[in-house]
Amino acid sequence: MDWTALWLSLRLAGWTVLILLPVSVFVGRLLAYREFRGKSVADALVMLPLVLPPTVFGFYLLIAFGGNSPIGQFWRANFGQQLVFSFEGLVVASVIFNLPFAIQPAQRGFEAIAKEVREAAACCGLGPLRSLWQVELPLAWPGLMTAMVLTFAHTLGEFGIVLMVGGAIPGETKTIAIAIYDRVQAFDDGSAAIMSAVLLTISLVTITVTFWLSARVGRRLG
Amino acid sequence: MRAVMLGSVVVAAALIAMAFAPAAHGRLPVVAAASDLQFAVEEIAAAFKAETGMEVRLSMGSTGNFARQIRQGAPFEIFMAADEQFIADLHRDGFTRGAGDLYGVGRIVMMVPHGSVLAADGNLETLAAALTAGRMTRFAIANPDHAPYGMRAREALRHKGLWEAIEPYLVLGENVSQAAQFALSGNAMGGIIAYSLALAPNLEHRGSYALIPEDWHHPLRQRMVLLNNAGPVAEAFYEYMNGASARRIMERYGFVLPEG
Repeated sequence: MDWTALWLSLRLAGWTVLILLPVSVFVGRLLAYREFRGKSVADALVMLPLVLPPTVFGFYLLIAFGGNSPIGQFWRANFGQQLVFSFEGLVVASVIFNLPFAIQPAQRGFEAIAKEVREAAACCGLGPLRSLWQVELPLAWPGLMTAMVLTFAHTLGEFGIVLMVGGAIPGETKTIAIAIYDRVQAFDDGSAAIMSAVLLTISLVTITVTFWLSARVGRRLG
Repeated sequence: MRAVMLGSVVVAAALIAMAFAPAAHGRLPVVAAASDLQFAVEEIAAAFKAETGMEVRLSMGSTGNFARQIRQGAPFEIFMAADEQFIADLHRDGFTRGAGDLYGVGRIVMMVPHGSVLAADGNLETLAAALTAGRMTRFAIANPDHAPYGMRAREALRHKGLWEAIEPYLVLGENVSQAAQFALSGNAMGGIIAYSLALAPNLEHRGSYALIPEDWHHPLRQRMVLLNNAGPVAEAFYEYMNGASARRIMERYGFVLPEG
């Protein structure tokens, strides 16, 4: 069992969730309430990582963030290290790739709030912030929780991108999914089996929690 | 309801604590090593730690992929390639400190799992017979596009005149370790892999192997080099690789060592 790899994956998932929580509230709410030109394009962009092969995304990241690119050089000049093959690079990749998992359920959560409720809140003199805090978040939270749980679990399992932009550096970019791959190649079936069982358990718990939460959303609507 | 909300807050707090926790490993230097070294270099790193108290991190993979990643700025401090050509190219383009040192010459073997219809023979006669008889299913080598052991396997198969015939049956490992995994998992009839892997404790009981004549392919001259950002610990490990303890381990894994 590679505890370093599991710990690294948990940290990566933690950062991804932390960064995506405010993003999912803001973008999810925007997409749920507002009609604007190019909304279908915005919807499509959010969903794109769901259908885009991880290798395609990994390739673009390598080119965009690599040592020869402007972004890569900017990062190096300011933070003294490379963006690809670093933990920070994985966080960036993970945040982008989890956009649909974070925003979609949040959007559904906000959409489930009846327009009248929001209008009533506005009529009662609640500003947008207080309306969000006191009315919308308490109603939309199952959607947000689903979003964060899915994001967390999906990050733990991400493999293709990490393989391409990670470099399998222990403690930095060697996540648990990569560690399993590595152990299988080293004919260390025992470790691979234990780590796989850990990931299976986490995934199962996650999906169960998600279903339980969406059932709550359903009851609220009904 | 309140309990659930409270639960969420606890989970969120745990997440935040986790995200800000320091990296477990600090900044130990990373050695990028070709997959044929999977077992040998693990042993050497352990011996290095026991003898000197210093530690390195290992990243195993295909030589071609590592060369690519080093060009993209990967933070490795030592590169141990399975083929010195990759080191020469990196050196020419200014990514290395010096031209590096030869640390061993590798060999390839034909290895078959127990119960395979093929026999392990270095002259590939049973392989040729199986191809002629149409009894071929799957045969594993490393990807000859970027993995040195795959390139040498291709050369050996070409030398024997089997390449065209066997190509449709090949499964390609991303590196030679994966090729070994394919060859011995019972899903292929066998494969051509690194001698150093065939000698590893995890593998030797999984099948039988035979050395392929070394004049059937270009030699696998394996060279290592310090990369530009190498620190003192990496330098110490590099020295250690050239020392007696490391050489003994390399010899045990079937590498022919340079004069030293």
